[in-house]
This record gives sequence, structure tokens and C-alpha cells, in this order.
Amino acid sequence: MNENSDSARISEEAVAHVAHLARLRVTPEEQKMFSQQLSSVLGYGKAMEALNLDDVPPTSHPYPLNNVLRDDEISAGSSRDEVLDVAPVAQDNQFRVPPVLEQT
Amino acid sequence: MNALNKPAIELAAAIRSGEISAVSAVEARLSEIATRDAEIAAFVQVLNEEALAAATSVDDRVATGEDPGPLAGVPIALKDNLCTRGIPTTCCSRILEGWKPPYEATVVSRLRNAGAVVVGKTNLDEFAMGSSTENSAFGTTRNPHDLSCVPGGSSGGSAAAVAAGFTPLALGSDTGGSIRQPAALCGVVGVKPTYGRVSRYGLIAFASSLDQIGPFATSVADAATLLEVIGGHDPADSTSIPEAMPSLSECLGRGVEGMRIGLVAELCDGVSSDVARRVSEASEALAGGGATVEEVSVPASRFGLSAYYLIAPAEASSNLARYDGVRYGMRTESSNAVEMNIATRTAGFGEEVKRRIMLGTFALSAGYYDAYYGKALKVRTLIIEDFNRAYEHFDALIAPTSPTTAFEIGSRTDDPLEMYLSDVCTVPSSLAGHPAMSVPFGSGDVNENNICLPVGVQVLAPAMGEETMFRVGAFLESVAVNVAESVAREALTSEALTSRDG
Repeated sequence: MNENSDSARISEEAVAHVAHLARLRVTPEEQKMFSQQLSSVLGYGKAMEALNLDDVPPTSHPYPLNNVLRDDEISAGSSRDEVLDVAPVAQDNQFRVPPVLEQT
Repeated sequence: MNALNKPAIELAAAIRSGEISAVSAVEARLSEIATRDAEIAAFVQVLNEEALAAATSVDDRVATGEDPGPLAGVPIALKDNLCTRGIPTTCCSRILEGWKPPYEATVVSRLRNAGAVVVGKTNLDEFAMGSSTENSAFGTTRNPHDLSCVPGGSSGGSAAAVAAGFTPLALGSDTGGSIRQPAALCGVVGVKPTYGRVSRYGLIAFASSLDQIGPFATSVADAATLLEVIGGHDPADSTSIPEAMPSLSECLGRGVEGMRIGLVAELCDGVSSDVARRVSEASEALAGGGATVEEVSVPASRFGLSAYYLIAPAEASSNLARYDGVRYGMRTESSNAVEMNIATRTAGFGEEVKRRIMLGTFALSAGYYDAYYGKALKVRTLIIEDFNRAYEHFDALIAPTSPTTAFEIGSRTDDPLEMYLSDVCTVPSSLAGHPAMSVPFGSGDVNENNICLPVGVQVLAPAMGEETMFRVGAFLESVAVNVAESVAREALTSEALTSRDG
């Protein structure tokens, strides 16, 4: 296991928080493991701190993307039945999910 | 059998002229897969009936005087993250097990229109996250050259399928090296086109600003033909380049006389000595062919891996939010919607996918965004600028594809960072969006199993520079010991032995 600078350390508590944000459940053993592994990867990334990036613009995409407009023409979309056929649970032409809001 | 194991271009020509039937060509490949794939596990799904039906239709068209297209009857394998309408597409994840896409990837439609016959879906690291194909939910693919070694990844199944002689062509996807690295480790040609050259419509997203579909083949010429078929603008992908696909086949055989080629110093750092030796032989061969070859520095490429392992997981954490158990894929039932989301994702994703989702979520989270993701985006700018500076003086660049030859199964699975370092030579051009390809160039030192495993040399070119890249790639192939051919010969020998036994 590569050990890196403590400044990049992601604690077990932080792992639990991030897992919750990502809608994942982690066991205490996984919290420990991910804490070590993610710290190691983030520690490697600390190498970038050697660079002076103050005046460098960020690049989120390799090519300049502009809005591309096209004529609004009617074309065949996906069929509703085909899409609902592969849903975990469908009912009355809709996706069925467990309660989102609790009844009061 | 020999006549049916031709390179793709020759096979298509023989089928178009009626000399060979597509059905016999496809049957031969299917029987090879049935005999030998149990030990290699390149495929997660073999489409026997669909392939024979498609081959029959190619033969019917030849019989009626129609031209079925440039890939008439050529068997092809598809990485299982490419959507095939009505045919399960899993990304080798439990969360998509059994999912049948209601639409087809543009590349798959283009292949069918060109007469190619899809014979199966190949194994990959779950959601293309990995460098060894060991992260698949459906088992590990083995390197056809040494079954105790990985084929590389994430497109390890496609690389192994071509290296084993199962199909002359395959498609993979490359986000940080997932075509080039397995191509190098399996001794075949693998190409990552310029970002936007090939439509991503129907490629299940990993990191959208990096993902690109590309060919695997046993020769540079076959890879060129396949890229010509799948490339070009597609209105269904808003990031697709509007320019027409150039003819790549025409660039082959022009040699490298007068070209200026740079050897990227940073990407040669820390590679194993046998790989370094082949790369320096490739430089000498290019110089011998009349090119000017000089070492060049692309300083920011040193930070490619650091930036990549923040940017790609960040994009993945966002892309994979869609697997919530609502619209497709698996669902683990629970009392309320949020608990259902959590239970589904926890049960459906494998460990590496969870690791990357968490890494990305962390890099994007409040308080850490500027220090991690924001910084990585700025490094991406520096990498592009440094490459562009190099391309002011050079037509193309070369580098190793992978720092080592294929490694033992299980040898890097305990340490994610060590596995990530497998991608150190390939991620810089991914971040830049530039094309790059791996060409087999001899083999490395003999390993513990007394086998010399293949080495790949990487050819890099500026954005839209595929013509230059293929010209250099074809030259390197012409002077290299062709590992892919020697494997195909081994495959034929084993075929002969099997049929004698039978």
C-alpha cells in the first residue's frame, strides 16, 4: 500500500459521509479500507500542488462546445412499451416506486 | 480453416466475391469460440443464432448481386458496454444484468450496415473501470499468450478475442487507455480516435469528456477500415465532430520519410527495461525509415494520472447516479424510495465502481472541489498546451503504451493506486482528446512461465491527426515482429490439434 501525505487523508467518517451523498451503504470494514485507499489515491494527486495554476483556465471538455441548433423535426422516439418493458416495476404505463414521502 | 481465418479486409473481399460464404466464416469463428473460450473467457455472451442469421442475410445479398459492404460477413466482437437493441448489455455489472437496451449504439448500426456480423459481447472491467478486466462481475478474462496473466483492461475481452483468433475485429472503448493498454498486453492493434470522431450514442457512459469508441484488429489496415466504418458525424451525439471521416486506408504504406517524430521523455520514465528497449528500437526504425526522431518533453504529462484519477471518477459519480433502481436495471426493494436507491446501488455495484463513485463524489463535494476537481481541470489545460507546443515541432509522438507487459492475475488487485499506474502512459492523450494507437512491437523479456509477452508502442497525434497516426502505425507494423500473427499461427496449430483429436 502506498502511503502518502497526511494532508490528503480522507477519514473513515468522511468516507461514510461521501457514501451517503453517493447513495451507497458501506460497512465499518469497507469504511476503513476505502479511507486508506482513497487517501492513497488523493495523496498521489497532491503532486499537482507543485504547479502554479493561478492563471490557468480550467478545461472541462477537450473541444470548445457550442450550442448546436437544428430544425425541430418530428422523428420516432423510443416506444413507451419498450422502455417500460425493461423497467424493474411498471404499472399503468408508469414506473412504479416505493413511497417517496411518508404518509402523515 | 486457414481460408476462414483471414484478416478482415481479405475475408470481406472473399465474401463479397462469393469465394467464401459468410455463414462458413462465421460458423468457423463460433466453433473456435465454443472450443477455446472456456479457458480465456473473452466473451460474456455469444450470439450464435443472431450471428448465423446475419451471415445468411449477407450471403443472400451477395447471391442477388448486392454489395453487403466493406465488412461483408466479417465476424466482430463488441465490448459489453455498447448497446445492442434487444440483446442484453450489462457493462459487466450486476446492476445492469439482463438489461435489454431499447435502442442500438450508432457504431453497431454502422457495423451492420457495412455487413459486419456481431458474434458476441465481450468482458470488461465493470463500467470500464479498471486496467485488467478483473473487476468484471462475471469473471476474469485471461491473456491468450499466458493464461495466468491479465489481458489488460478495461476492454480486455475484446483484446483477448482478437488475440486468440476468435474474431479478426472487435470494438472497445477507451477512457484513459482501455483500448490501447489491453491491445499492447495482448499483442494486437488498438486505436483511440480523436474525441468526437466516433459517435458515443449507445456507449454506456463512464466519463463523458473522455470516453471514445475504437477498433481492435490484427493489423493496422484492418483497424483503419473498421474506423472508417464507425467514424464520422452523428446527429445523435452532440459532441460528435462534424467533419467527414478521412480515408485512413489511403495513408498506409506511405512510409515516414521526412516526418518529424518526437519520443515523449516523461512517458518513458519508470517503464520496465524490456518495454523501454522496444520503444527505443521503434525510434531507431523510424529514423531508419527517413523520419527525424528526437526526444521531446511534454512536461505536464507527468501530472496526467493525478488529474485523470480526479476527473474521470468525478464524471463517473455523476453519470452513474442514474442507476437508482427506478427506470432500468436491478432493484432491491425497500420500504421507501431513498432506501430502495441505497439498497439497489449497494447490492448492484462492485467494489471498484463504489471506490470511483466515492472518489469522484469527494472530489466534487463542498470544500474540496477547488482543491481537487478544479485543480485537475487546470492541469488538463496545461497538458493540452504542452502537447500543442510539441506538435509545433513534430508531426507525431511515440511512447510506450503500458509501463510493463501483461502482469499476473491478482498481482495488483490489493492496491488500487498500483493498478491505476498501469494507465500512466495512456491518460495524457485521453485528457487532451487526441488520437493515439498501440501497435504490437516485439515482445518483452521471458516471464516466470517461460513466455515472452507482447509489447505495444504507442503512436500519438494531434486532434484530427488520424491520417498521420495511421501512417506511422503502419510503418512500425511493417518493421515489427508481428506478435499478433504469431499468435494467430498458434491458434491455427491448436485448431489443427483439436480437430485431429476430434
